[in-house]
This record gives sequence, C-alpha cells and structure tokens, in this order.
Amino acid sequence: MLIFEHSRPGRRNYSQFTATDTKIKNIPQNLVRKTPPLLPEVSEMDAVRHYTRLSQKNFSIDTEFYPLGSCTMKYNPRACNSLAMLPQFLLRHPLAPEDTGQGYLACMYELQEILKDVTGMTSVSLTPMAGAQGELIGVSMIRAYHESRGDHARTEIIVPDAAHGTNPATAVMCGYKVIEISTDKEGDVDMDALKAAVGPQTAGLMLTNPSTLGVFEKNITEMSRVVHQAGGLLYYDGANLNAILGKVKPGDMGFDVIHINLHKTFSTPHGGGGPGSAPVGVAKRLLPFIPVPVVAFEKGTYRWLTEKEIPQSIGRFSAHMGNSGVLLRAYIYARLLGAEGMHRVAEFATLNANYLMTELSKAGFEIAYPTRRASHEFIITLKDLKEKTGVTAMNVAKRLLDKGYHAPTTYFPLLVPECLLIEPAETESKETLDAFVVSMKEILVEAHKQPEIVKGAPHTTSVRRLDEVKAARELDLAWKQ
Amino acid sequence: MNIPTHLKYTKSHEWVKLEEDGTAIIGITHHAQELLGDMVFVEIPQVGRHLKQGEECAVVESVKAAADVYAPISGEVITTNPEIESAPEKINQDTYSAWLYKLKPSNTADLSELLDSTEYQKVLESETH
Repeated sequence: MLIFEHSRPGRRNYSQFTATDTKIKNIPQNLVRKTPPLLPEVSEMDAVRHYTRLSQKNFSIDTEFYPLGSCTMKYNPRACNSLAMLPQFLLRHPLAPEDTGQGYLACMYELQEILKDVTGMTSVSLTPMAGAQGELIGVSMIRAYHESRGDHARTEIIVPDAAHGTNPATAVMCGYKVIEISTDKEGDVDMDALKAAVGPQTAGLMLTNPSTLGVFEKNITEMSRVVHQAGGLLYYDGANLNAILGKVKPGDMGFDVIHINLHKTFSTPHGGGGPGSAPVGVAKRLLPFIPVPVVAFEKGTYRWLTEKEIPQSIGRFSAHMGNSGVLLRAYIYARLLGAEGMHRVAEFATLNANYLMTELSKAGFEIAYPTRRASHEFIITLKDLKEKTGVTAMNVAKRLLDKGYHAPTTYFPLLVPECLLIEPAETESKETLDAFVVSMKEILVEAHKQPEIVKGAPHTTSVRRLDEVKAARELDLAWKQ
Repeated sequence: MNIPTHLKYTKSHEWVKLEEDGTAIIGITHHAQELLGDMVFVEIPQVGRHLKQGEECAVVESVKAAADVYAPISGEVITTNPEIESAPEKINQDTYSAWLYKLKPSNTADLSELLDSTEYQKVLESETH
C-alpha cells in the first residue's frame, strides 16, 4: 500500500515537519501556485507504521547476507552517511563562489587524487552520474582523441562476449560498430579472435578485468600491446575494481581510460536505482578531452577548471559536480580505509570469494571455471542439477530467500548455463560464509529428495513468486489518484 | 528436444521454413526460447528491409535476457507476423508456429548453408557437453 492510499483530508503530522523561518518573498504572481500540492495527509503514527512496515518487507544487507557484493551494493558504512549529511555540505548551494566552498572543493580534489593513485591514471573527473554515463563519457573521449588526429577511419569498438551489456550499448551510442570477440574455455579473451579483429578500423577495446566470469585476464599485457599496436585505445570497465583495489592498477595494465563505479567499489548507496557515480580516469593522451568541471589546487586555493582551462574538453555531463552527495560518501569511505585499508578490501574480498568457492565445491556444487582462482566473485553452474532433478538456478536462488539469504546474481553472465554468480564481499565473516554453505548443502539435498520444495520456493517471504512477465510488460510506476 | 524434421536451422538457433513459392519463414528454435525463458518483448524487422545473411535483424527479450536474432539467409522482408509483438508469449507456447518474419531470399546459395534437423541436433549436443 502506498502512503498516498493512507491519506485522509486534514490529517496532519506537525511534529515531524521541519520548520524553517525563511520566507521567500517577491515570487512573481504568475509563478505562485493556486492549489496546494498533492501530498499524502497522514498522522505521525500512520507515517511511522508505513515506513517501518516497508523496511520490514525489504530484504536488505542490514539484516541478511547479501551475496551480490559490490556488483549490486556493498554495506554502506554509517559514518560515510552521517559525515556527508553535515549541514555544511547539505546546505551548500552548488553555485556558491569558490571562496565560500573551499572545504567541499578540498574533499572533491582529494577524492580525485585518491582515485588517480589507486587506478594509476593521470587525471580523474568526478562528473559522471552513473556507470552508464561514465562509459558514455569514456568512449566519447576515445572518439574525440581519434577525431582530433583526423583519424576518421576508426569505426569499430571491440567487446568480449563476456562483457556487461552496457559496453556494446555505449559503443553504439557513441556511433561505433560493435565487434564481439569470443572467450576461451579458461574464461580468458580468445587472443586469436582479438588479433583477427584489430586493424586500422579499431577505435578501441572495452574490457572488464577481472572479467564478469570472475577471473583475471591473464593476457592483459599482450592484449594491451595488440590493441595499441593497431592504433586503438583500451577502455577499463571498473565494475570489478573491488577485486584489485590498491593491488593492481588499470593504468599499469595499459588502459587509456577507465570508469570507477563508486556505488560498487567505494560502498556508496546503489540499491533502489541509485543515484550512482562513476568518475572517469584518463591516461596522458586523453587528458585534453576530460569532462569538466575538474577541481584544481593552486597556491593553497581550490578552484574549478572549466572549458576555459580545458578547451578540448568533451564538455559537461551534469549541471554541477556530478552526484555530490555520493562523491562525498566515497571520499569519506576512502579516508576511513586509508591506503592500507584499501589493500585489505581487495585481499578480504578475494579471500572470501575463494574460500566460499572451495567450500561450495566440496559441498558438491560445480564451479564454472574450476582451474581458475576466483577474483572477488565466482560462478557455479547448476546445469547438471537441472538435468537430473529439474531444479533450476532460479529455483535455488528463490529457496535461498527461505533460508534467510538474498539470492546471488542469477543467469549472468549469459555464457554460463544455469549459473549463480556469487560475490560475498570483504565485509562478511567466516561464520556467515560457513552458514551460507550449510544452507546451500541443504538445498542440494532437497533438490534431489524433495525437488518440489525448491521449485515452489520461496515459502516464507512476504510475497512469493512475482509475475515477472507482467512486471516487464505492464510496468506501472506512477501512482494516480 | 523439439526439432521438427521439415524445417532448416542455424547455429544461432533460428528456424527456417522454406515455402513452395520460394519464400522463407523465420522464427527462433524451441531450444532458444527454452534458454531465454518467458518472453516479454519482440522487435521484428520492417517490411521492405534488405537483410544480409548473419545480420542482426530482430530482438527477443525475456525476463532473463535480451537476445539478437540473426538473418539466416539474405533477402527482403516481405511480411511480419502481426500478432507476435503484442503476444510474445506465443514463442514460449509454440515457437514453430510463432514465426517472426517472412523473407524473399536474394541469394539461393545461402540456403545450402542451413542445417537440417540432424545437424542442428548435433550443434545442441556439442553446446551442452
């Protein structure tokens, strides 16, 4: 039930209303509204019960293990939230002059510096407001680079078949033709396919490393050489940066441009559709094209750099400084971790993933790439289980809800049939992981002995199986009176 | 596995029905719809479009994923299935009557590259093992 449906005319909730003494005068008469805004009219008790009930329906990382990890949303440390909510940040006007916002600008500048350091790139712009926008900006810079050299023959972007769907979509948005290359049995990009695909028509390669298959591309140096030799540039999709944070730098692997999903690796809120934040980092040759604004620090003062200082910039992609509140949370997260803590994020994320992979393998689950060490995530395939029992990956995922776990990613990457992509993240203890393995074992036994229980799951959640077809086809997001 | 013997197939899981008047009707195979799961959207090529063999020409989207459909042979799109866009679930119900579009082949040599049911069966076996 929506809060609007609880609404009764005249019901009020004065004590929760934030009073302000600011009265705005001089609003032109034609802009003053004639009718009151449509707001829910509820009592304090109604409001409290409504939102408490909603939070109880929500299956969240605050209450349960959530093996979607950084892919969807890591735990958001409370300190990041409370510090980013300080009134000095909240009440700052985005157009306030530089000299009254030195503290805020210092945070943004230091975040740029931290991200440069951890990725090995020459410069970072914080303006992209989501992962997809970061990609759009990154590939637009690749385009600007080739065009600035009068190299108009480069019309293709190479994307491995294991890539996130956003990669080919971005390339198409930027006017490129997508060339898909295959993956070998070990989960690496097929080097022969890459060598056959590159040429004077290649604008660049988009790569996620570690890949969506949960493995580190062993041939990255060679790939980088092949693409650069052909005159193309290398794009790093930062979706899986969590696995290598502070350990390996994309800049050292030869990448020319990268986007960093702060809402993944840097623990900022992400569930519920964002807002996201995906700063882009560039190597030297893309420096002239970086989107504005960027914060500079000169003679003890922080200031904005705009088109004036960066004339070849591909421009602005957000009205002010991206999703400022999210950037602040990421900055605080990075400062809480420090350089040492950042290494430990990668170490514990990969240790947890490898431990869980080993334990699930011992428990009888089939690992998709058993010869490879997991990155921060790994894939199990339930193809054989489905053949023997009819229980699918989706059934197992739904049964996990009954056991008090959020389901891991299902049916992605598409290359692996009946797969679960499991990412425990660095925040989970050994006890949590062990308990998860016990539940997975129980489900495996049920699948063989009482498959109907698994196929009919979930049984204990507030809603059971949803009509996904109806949800996709008759999307209804707006409340109407 | 549901692979009718009177149809031709591609490795990318399209079926082709060759009509007596020389035209070809195209859809996706039972295996393809099974992998994708419940269909929610279908996008079909416009009538009059000239397709090249192997070209992406349609999109099927399920609750799990969106997949491209490739042109099994070159030719001109002469008709599309009027029902399929409003009722994509027909692909799950009976994919061999839920055709997507009809082509007038422009290169008869393409036809010899299509697989028969036994060959397609082998493709599926090699994919699952």
